[in-house]
Amino acid sequence: MNHSLVNWFKFASPASFYPLAGRLIPFFTAAAVLLLAAGLWLGLLVAPTDAQQGEGYRIIFVHVPASWMSMFIYCVMAFWAALGLSFNTRLSGMMTSALAPTGALFAFLSLWTGALWGKPMWGAWWVWDARLTSQLILFFLYLGFIALQAAIDDPRRADKAGAILALVGVVNVPIIYFSVQWWNTLHQGASVSMTKAPSMAHTMLLGMLLMALAFWAYTIAVALMRVRCIILERELTSEWVKKNAME
Amino acid sequence: MSRFLSPFIQSVRRDLLLAARHKTEIVTALFFFVIVVNLLPLGIGPDPDLLRKIAPGALWISALLATLLGLQRLFAPDHADGTLEQMALSPQSFTLLVAGKILAHWLVAGLPVVLIAPVLGLQFDLSGRSLLILTVSLLLGTPILSLIGAVGAALTLGVRGSGALLSLLILPLYIPALIFGAGAVEADLAGLGPDGHLSLLAALLVVSAFFAPWVATVALRVALE
Repeated sequence: MNHSLVNWFKFASPASFYPLAGRLIPFFTAAAVLLLAAGLWLGLLVAPTDAQQGEGYRIIFVHVPASWMSMFIYCVMAFWAALGLSFNTRLSGMMTSALAPTGALFAFLSLWTGALWGKPMWGAWWVWDARLTSQLILFFLYLGFIALQAAIDDPRRADKAGAILALVGVVNVPIIYFSVQWWNTLHQGASVSMTKAPSMAHTMLLGMLLMALAFWAYTIAVALMRVRCIILERELTSEWVKKNAME
Repeated sequence: MSRFLSPFIQSVRRDLLLAARHKTEIVTALFFFVIVVNLLPLGIGPDPDLLRKIAPGALWISALLATLLGLQRLFAPDHADGTLEQMALSPQSFTLLVAGKILAHWLVAGLPVVLIAPVLGLQFDLSGRSLLILTVSLLLGTPILSLIGAVGAALTLGVRGSGALLSLLILPLYIPALIFGAGAVEADLAGLGPDGHLSLLAALLVVSAFFAPWVATVALRVALE
């Protein structure tokens, strides 16, 4: 008998994860609200006006953290997908599908705020820059994942098919990124580059970090809420749901 | 060695035989390719300079669409009559059987496209050298389309509205092949030479030939559960 100190698989069971998630949600919601308030205050009121871009640059306090989150969430989804496929845990698949809508939301938000920023700064809503193009493709990958899961009725099959797709996607993301970058340099399309950003003031960087942390807390809170709904939907017939969760 | 590969060869032979019994399917996909390529000048205008510029992209995008057309039927008929289940249960390697099906799909859907592409390239006023590079890029690239497409076909097997779903899943993954394939001709015209693009395309082919049959097999086992 091998008893390790910590039972790593205790919370892999939906029955024990459901109450844990319920206890964690208020904590992360509060963190999201506080960090968001602090980040917005710092970004919109405290940070100095940019010498070249005026007030319009303040959109980066939403745009950059949203882009980070959209990429990071895809990696987290791939992590849960790999875990679900290798350990055959039900909760992993539920986590993957709970994260996908939030990831798609952030990818869309990053594209939309990017367009709003691009119009006054570059004079165009859209340029075929490598980053913009690969972000758009990432958005398509999210949509494909959500569409595949929605099309399959059997939840176990939907989880596994989604997991395979997420892993194939995560392998492809860097390939797509570099191919698009090369394609862009060959075409010499966008004359403006986002990599040559001027060095940032400390307050700006701090505001951006606070916003990123706020989005992080928001993502965790929303994903936990969604995973609780998914657990209830799938385990509706089981005993523990009738006993504990439906009070 | 030949014993190891015998399920692969048998699977290729079987699917080719089946395709030969339904010749209209092959011909329809090929004519779809020809018609799409020919629609583009009608939509864009007959200016030879412009056509020469868009030719590689036009042929490549049409090849993507033509491949998608056949992919839906890669596993579906065998799934419907239970053959696929027997293949999964057989003592032979299921991955090799699936790899054989993918090769057969390329021979039936991809190779005709490669062979007819130079003729269509002439309509776009491409030079001999560009035609050669385009054909080589398609020869290296269309197997990638079949391989990655097989993963999508396996994931969407027996799913509601699988045709549209398959395009949504697979087309974003085709982007690198499209960029390097269509880019080879343009790079040559720009004086960079096609070698870099063609090498990367070959690298993509090797990587997808190694992984795609295996991933497709895993996806098929999920679908058959």
